[in-house]
Amino acid sequence: MDVLDWTRLQFAVVTIYHYFFVPLSISLAASAAGLQIAWLRTKKEQYLHLTKFVGKILIVTFAVGVVTGLVQEFQFGLGWSAFARFYGDVFGPTLAIEGMLAFFLEATFLALWYFGWDRLPRAIHTACIVIVAVGTLLSAFIILAANSFMQNPVAYALDPVTGRARLTSFTELMLNKVNLAAFPHTISGAIMVGGALLLALGVWRLAADPAYRTLARLGAWLTLTGGALTALTGDHLGKVITEVQPMKMAAAEALYATTAGAPFSVFATGKPLPEFSLEIPWLLSILAKGNPGATVQGIDDLQAQYAAEFGPGSYVPMIPVAFWTFRLMIGVGMLAAAVAAYYLWRTRKSRNAPRWLTRWLPLIPLLPAAANTFGWIFTETARQPWIAFGISKVADGISPGLTSSEVITSLAGFTVIYGVIAVVWLRLVRHLARQPLAPAAAAADKPEPAPVY
Amino acid sequence: MITFWFSVVVLAWVLYFVLEGFDFGVGLLGPVLGRDDHERGAAVRTIGPFWDGNEVWLVAAIGVTFAAFPAWYSALLAGLYLPMVVLLLLLAVRGVALEFRGKGDGARYRRRADVALAASSLGIVLVWGALLAAFAHGLAINAGGDVVGGGFDRTFGPVLTPAAGLGALAALYAALLLGATFLALRTSGPLRRRAANLSRWLGTGGAVALLLAGIGTGSVITLLAAVLAFAAGLLARTGREALAFGATAAAVAGAVVAVFTTHGAVVLHSTIDPAYALTRDAAAATPQALELITWAGVLILPGVIAYQAYSYWVFRRRVASERVPS
Repeated sequence: MDVLDWTRLQFAVVTIYHYFFVPLSISLAASAAGLQIAWLRTKKEQYLHLTKFVGKILIVTFAVGVVTGLVQEFQFGLGWSAFARFYGDVFGPTLAIEGMLAFFLEATFLALWYFGWDRLPRAIHTACIVIVAVGTLLSAFIILAANSFMQNPVAYALDPVTGRARLTSFTELMLNKVNLAAFPHTISGAIMVGGALLLALGVWRLAADPAYRTLARLGAWLTLTGGALTALTGDHLGKVITEVQPMKMAAAEALYATTAGAPFSVFATGKPLPEFSLEIPWLLSILAKGNPGATVQGIDDLQAQYAAEFGPGSYVPMIPVAFWTFRLMIGVGMLAAAVAAYYLWRTRKSRNAPRWLTRWLPLIPLLPAAANTFGWIFTETARQPWIAFGISKVADGISPGLTSSEVITSLAGFTVIYGVIAVVWLRLVRHLARQPLAPAAAAADKPEPAPVY
Repeated sequence: MITFWFSVVVLAWVLYFVLEGFDFGVGLLGPVLGRDDHERGAAVRTIGPFWDGNEVWLVAAIGVTFAAFPAWYSALLAGLYLPMVVLLLLLAVRGVALEFRGKGDGARYRRRADVALAASSLGIVLVWGALLAAFAHGLAINAGGDVVGGGFDRTFGPVLTPAAGLGALAALYAALLLGATFLALRTSGPLRRRAANLSRWLGTGGAVALLLAGIGTGSVITLLAAVLAFAAGLLARTGREALAFGATAAAVAGAVVAVFTTHGAVVLHSTIDPAYALTRDAAAATPQALELITWAGVLILPGVIAYQAYSYWVFRRRVASERVPS
């Protein structure tokens, strides 16, 4: 492995890690806001207790998201300074505006909400958590716009003298059609992860308090709804990607020859893929173009076309990685939604779920978290060799002068510290879930103690 | 336009160093000045609702640096790769230790969180001090704005110089004084007493040291810092806690402005050849990008400052460090 591979690996590791906490923050903030509004409207105590419980999980998760997100903000200069120089006009304002517009909102109002239970008027206090939830969505939208630029560069012009990209329209950058498709898909995926965590915690603590049943069912509904929405939005995203990055979808299917009425391969083996393949006829053409007879471009034709357009070189991403991550994303994500649906069915009308189900359900957050990760690995590796599709290659973006030993050292540092943080976070969430949900009866008439720091 | 944006960038860094400066100071001092779990908890509670919002000023500062001066952002971060990574890792440990401290169980857990908090805060302050000294001194950048070479010395070298050592010490002193004056301002009970005492000693003692250093080097900035430190000590002595904190904050702000304006229109000096130095004009983004972030900044930042001020107002009550008889 050379310095480029190490730097790519480091970017992947810290970004994937960051993205375990981001979707949780997005969905837990929305859940806390929803529960608090439910409490205000119904006056049911259990909603209040659940709001505070979700709030505690949110604040420790958000903290990890903040400190790992800071690393993201520095990454472009640390490892990819050539990219930062040439695309600073596009990326810089995007990151700066995300920080000023969304991140300040989230951080400040989350603290106001968490510490402000007995200091703020009820309406303002509720507004705080709603603002946090909106802030997380804004953050996601702006950051995904930056990512969408890498998939489908828009709203720029290359300066003929310096060769640098110049931003031509911020609105156009934000409303990139990849972003408009990727944002709802990403948020649906985020809802699944947070929903699955609530489902897991609710089922795990079912015996402790009847409110946990409400939490588990809420989590299951979120997982199921998120699952349905990821499927719908994913279908649309797939069509947009076929249009702007046909190579990515061809790689996802290991489709070498341009085919009319292309089938979708559920499973394939062989080297190179696919020697043997279990196929559903016409499905790929339907997924990619919405028409069973449509022609889907194959890898070989695209390679020839790109070589003619951009010069000699390989424009084919890693096919097995693209093929399998795409399938695993769909399969694992849909499995999570199916399990959630099954749980809802088995617990309908105050029935109890069977023992084997409640024993395994606490592990369910792993499924949508894995599906999200597979999705990101797919979308980012199948963009290769481009850092910004069609205009700049990954190899041209790395910081000049950076050495392998430096990146190996920093990667080791991130791995150790991030590993420790993950373990502590997990134990802390377990600890928080073990605390009694409702304040003890004896303390009921005392004022709520201020949160201990 | 470029000068305007340079001022905004410097302002964002100033706000970051002042606001997070007292967070770091409290992180350093809280576990030391707090004699038991309860007092240490009280110290941490003084920054509990604020540290996160303060840290976002780092996101904003690095973000506007990237947006307005992409070449400067690239040269600084890539040229100081390893120390920057160390800083980010320490910041991660600090944030998590702070936020996780009160949520776990048992005195032993909190003790560990305190150790992690104090150690990481100390590390952050020292690394930032060294980095700021390196910013002011310049890097071995070539014509392309890159630092080339091999070994760990390539990016660790600039923070392992005597000047960087002095920078680290100065930052430590500033963070301690900020933390002490902030704790004195924000707590009541024994913690307030101890913090006020420390502010007095630090202010007066530091002023003497700075005065000698200022006379020795003939540096006007150091003499000014001596005056402000002396003022902080004096104000702490007379119980003017808010003013003592204000004087310290002003000194920190002045120091940060001094670092960023050492070389005038040159934002990053080249230690290889002055001709390679990165100037504001060369590092700046295009006028379109600057115009965009100007609008964004004008529309958004006043609101940010207003709601952050509101949050300080909501949590204005002093944190009690004395034990309440139960």
